[in-house]
Amino acid sequence: MTAFLISICTSAIVYAVSILYASIGEVFSQRAGIMNLGLEGIMLMGAVSGFLSVYYTKHLAIGILVVILVGALLGLLFAFLTVTLQADQTVCGMAFLIFGSGLSGFIGKNVTGVASGVKFETIEIPLLSQIPILGDIFFKHDLFVYAMYLIIPLSMFYIYKTRPGLILRALGENPAALDTSGINVFALRYAYVMFGCAMTAISGACISLSYTNFWNEGMTGGKGWIAFSLVAFSRWNPGYAALGALLFGGISIVGINMQVYLPGVPSQFYGMLPYAATILALIITTGSFRKKHTEEPAALCQKYDRESR
Amino acid sequence: MKPFSIRLEKRQTVSLRKQILNPILFVLLGLVLSSIFIAAIGISPFAVYAKMVSYSFLNLRGINGSIEAALPLILCGLSVALAFQMNLNNIGAEGQYAMGAIFGGSFALFGPSMATPIQMILMFLLCAMGGAVWALIAGLLKAHWNVNETIVTLMLNYIALLFLDYLCYGPWMAPKQTTAISAAIPKNLYLPDIAATKTNSGILIALVIAIALTLFLHYTTAGYQIHVIQRSVKTAEYAGINVKRYIILVLALSGAIAGLAGFVQVTGVVHRVQAQLPGGSGYTGIVIAYLSRFHPLTVILVSILFGGLINSCAAVQIMGVPSQIATMIQGCIMIAVIAGEFFNHYQLTFPTKEREWEVNE
Amino acid sequence: METVPLLEMKGITKRFGKTLANDHVNLRLYSGEIHALLGENGAGKSTLMNILLGIYKPNSGEILHRGEKITIKNPKYAAELGIGMVHQHFELIPPLSVAENIFLSMPHRRFLLNQQEMEQTIRAFSEKFALPVDPAAKIWQLSVGEQQRVEIIKLLCRDCEILVLDEPSAVLTPQEAKEMFKTLRTMADDGKAVVVISHKMNEVMEHANRITVLKNGRVEDELLAQDATIERLTKAVVGARTMDEVTAKPQKEPGKRLLEAKELTVQNDKGLIALDKASFELHAGELFAIAGVAGSGQRELAESLAGLRPSVSGQIALEGKDITKTTAKERIGLGISFIPEDRLKMGLIPGMNLKQNAMLKKFRGPTCSKGGILKKKSIAAMAQAYVDEHAIRHGGMELPVSLMSGGNQQKLLVAREMDGDPTLVIAAYPIRGLDIGAAEAIHEILLQQRERGACVLLISEELDEIFALSDRVAVLCDGKLMGIRKTADTDYEEIGRMMSGELA
Repeated sequence: MTAFLISICTSAIVYAVSILYASIGEVFSQRAGIMNLGLEGIMLMGAVSGFLSVYYTKHLAIGILVVILVGALLGLLFAFLTVTLQADQTVCGMAFLIFGSGLSGFIGKNVTGVASGVKFETIEIPLLSQIPILGDIFFKHDLFVYAMYLIIPLSMFYIYKTRPGLILRALGENPAALDTSGINVFALRYAYVMFGCAMTAISGACISLSYTNFWNEGMTGGKGWIAFSLVAFSRWNPGYAALGALLFGGISIVGINMQVYLPGVPSQFYGMLPYAATILALIITTGSFRKKHTEEPAALCQKYDRESR
Repeated sequence: MKPFSIRLEKRQTVSLRKQILNPILFVLLGLVLSSIFIAAIGISPFAVYAKMVSYSFLNLRGINGSIEAALPLILCGLSVALAFQMNLNNIGAEGQYAMGAIFGGSFALFGPSMATPIQMILMFLLCAMGGAVWALIAGLLKAHWNVNETIVTLMLNYIALLFLDYLCYGPWMAPKQTTAISAAIPKNLYLPDIAATKTNSGILIALVIAIALTLFLHYTTAGYQIHVIQRSVKTAEYAGINVKRYIILVLALSGAIAGLAGFVQVTGVVHRVQAQLPGGSGYTGIVIAYLSRFHPLTVILVSILFGGLINSCAAVQIMGVPSQIATMIQGCIMIAVIAGEFFNHYQLTFPTKEREWEVNE
Repeated sequence: METVPLLEMKGITKRFGKTLANDHVNLRLYSGEIHALLGENGAGKSTLMNILLGIYKPNSGEILHRGEKITIKNPKYAAELGIGMVHQHFELIPPLSVAENIFLSMPHRRFLLNQQEMEQTIRAFSEKFALPVDPAAKIWQLSVGEQQRVEIIKLLCRDCEILVLDEPSAVLTPQEAKEMFKTLRTMADDGKAVVVISHKMNEVMEHANRITVLKNGRVEDELLAQDATIERLTKAVVGARTMDEVTAKPQKEPGKRLLEAKELTVQNDKGLIALDKASFELHAGELFAIAGVAGSGQRELAESLAGLRPSVSGQIALEGKDITKTTAKERIGLGISFIPEDRLKMGLIPGMNLKQNAMLKKFRGPTCSKGGILKKKSIAAMAQAYVDEHAIRHGGMELPVSLMSGGNQQKLLVAREMDGDPTLVIAAYPIRGLDIGAAEAIHEILLQQRERGACVLLISEELDEIFALSDRVAVLCDGKLMGIRKTADTDYEEIGRMMSGELA
């Protein structure tokens, strides 16, 4: 039983990490006032570009670099559309969803279903991994997970304790006020959108290079959307996002494992669990029967136009 | 917008000519963009485009094939376009389509046999109901608790598709089949072709719905109220309009139209229910609705063009082009047209003298 | 006074398209003075200040700083020169604390936030200039007056030498305003130049050293405050036109009781009590005014009467019938008309055309539709009637109303709301942002409605308007109804003290 619980927890962490990169990236993007609905598409682009580059070069480091670059480029395009051309953010998000899933399927056609040959290996951290139970749960993972252990506290420190973080919090609330005090609102939004998209692309790479070890069209299977829902769920706080991701991870993993114990229920119904859980979480956290939460950035999704102040 | 040395001036009104020319120009730009990716896999984009056009539009068989491929797209496009009239993002046409097919399919496969017209009408209504029920979940959540309909409709897609998957692999799977498809529906439920041209008569259904939708939006008080809500919820409430009721109504109607995509596809094209039946039509519907500027009649035109795109996939696959080319091109076009939208609102003027700090006043 | 001005603007001209917003404007600011910039809405005051702040670039003219020619190329440079402005709509970020807000505007370049140091700096300024405020409080917890203080401290922390305040007294009670001007005086004595944008002549004469009057983008007059008289200023501000001479004829007989509100309690958008147990009666044929500083619960009162905001407790009765639970649609049917305060957010749909806006309240009725189908011809005729009757100028019936001027938009809104002879007219700040001609027209219409026997509920923050028009006046302060007076039996002093909550 212990072994089973440990395996559930370990898998939940792996699942959580694979969506957390995207969620934390989106936290930054939304705090800057730009909502990117197209996470799913960008994740797919991250997954395919990472897989392709590792497949052809057999170098994981190159793979990650390519993924970050692809994510940042997509972010640049998204920022150009939403910040400079002031296009509707929702429509842009949908365009990226379609663009990302189409293009990733298109360029990844030839490598569908084959193994990359190289993957991120599990590294056992000396000493820490020896701790009974906890060591097995937390310290026998690959680099994606360990990096996330650092990213969560660092991103919280950045947002709440530093001056650029303060500016970021203001950016999503009242860009006009920042503009008058001489801060370049446009440049900052570009930067955070690009950061967010790069993180999202890493999420995709996490799925194609660590979680599984192959590429398949549409392989993210809605994880981009779960990551997106997690942002409002976490009230724009990376710490809560981590907890939420673990919760979703747990639900999905338990679902997969239940198949073994309750084979009478068709597998498709277990597959529905994370999606149903997302809807439920969305209702609980954003439903207006609760007191309206004030954490949502006030200028989220609004175009900033100097002229219309 | 500092890096631009050109100046932008906001336009107050846009001429009709510009409104039409602008998207066409940027669709072409989208094709240029996607040709880069086609060239990147070592195939001549010109050859691909030429093949696509000649296969899908230059002969009657091709046109009929394009129209047939366009049928579910039109209905999904209309569904998205209607919801957007009230700023509701229904990206769940895919799932509503699936639910429509499930409701209608269960009747067609297992229902009693009756006189053909009655059976047809019942099937039609059931498909609409399936889509409406599915969209209604999101509608009720949005209306009463203001839960984001974008995410809910999307999540419902996955659930509906998994359910369809379960049915087609499980209880509905046709005997002696290894793929996830049901048995064929009764022959009397097949939509007939239009005799003269052998065109799928589903296009007439789509046309009637598009016209009805246009009239509904522009000539009724309900349509007027929808447009008031679209522009300002506060003013709508001020005018005594029941916004909640309209959110529910419009999403249900939007879902019903998407459910009818299931009707035309099952009765008119595949004549059975199968896993992955929608095959992305719901998402393509978003692109189509956007490119059509949410005008119902334009949706038909754009859908047929996109139907041709999908129809010709098989033809270009022989050239070694992945079938995902259709979605890829759609994405490129949509991004290009979004960018182009900007130039409908702003006019570029080149400054005569020095750079100005402010972009517009 | 010094001979070299701290800052001088010479021959400033600014064009927006075809309109001339500033036409060869000269402005001199000396340290140690409070300089008032007086003028009507649209006279070019804001444009001039936006040029000073580097937001707009003038088409021609020059700016001298301590006698040296400079170009203010962007807001950042203006900040470096020590020019700062308190806008009418505060540029504060509600979820952040006072300290964080102030820290944001300071040109520090340190990476980490030091909470304690931030709070100390703020306390120092807040003591020096008697501007009490808690640095750790979140902005959304503060009153409007406190928020204004934060804005002022923000400028002081940035070592501003030239402080511009846009209509600073608009959100304050007369007593609070007095305190604020006292603070401004200390700052001027400290060697700063303070510019106050205003359209209130009394206030300007009382507190400023020098006055520059703008009209139609030109400097109409520049004078020392001691030389100013109401007549001279009036002439400069409105020119040859006469002042708003619309005044109410004495009320005939107080009509029958029309509407009765009993202990009405309403929440604001944040879920806080914004109107606390207000009880009053409205009579047919009277103009009943609600005075009070902006944000005292006026909006919640109006929206609750119009059926747009549910009440937490209390009753509303119309002609003896309880209508507390009726919807907005039913109240429209009962003859309650509503002119909301921000017409482009609620009341008009800027992107729709004149006809579509004209039919907003009547689309269900027989003039506009039959069996749910719109009667386009009849609608066009109705809209044309509004246009003719109220002399609404428009560029075309098919063009969006956002292209019409504010005055014409308001006339359209009022025309629509007065159609069908309403029993109760709720008018919230009906002349805000309008030129004098349009304002007069609106006032005439409201008085006509009173004459006709309707009850007009006028919400205003301008005591001049209230005293000129109303029969009775009620005062709101912080959500509480402080009292109701016959307008003839009260004066500015009493109403002002009620507005600040001193007198119940």
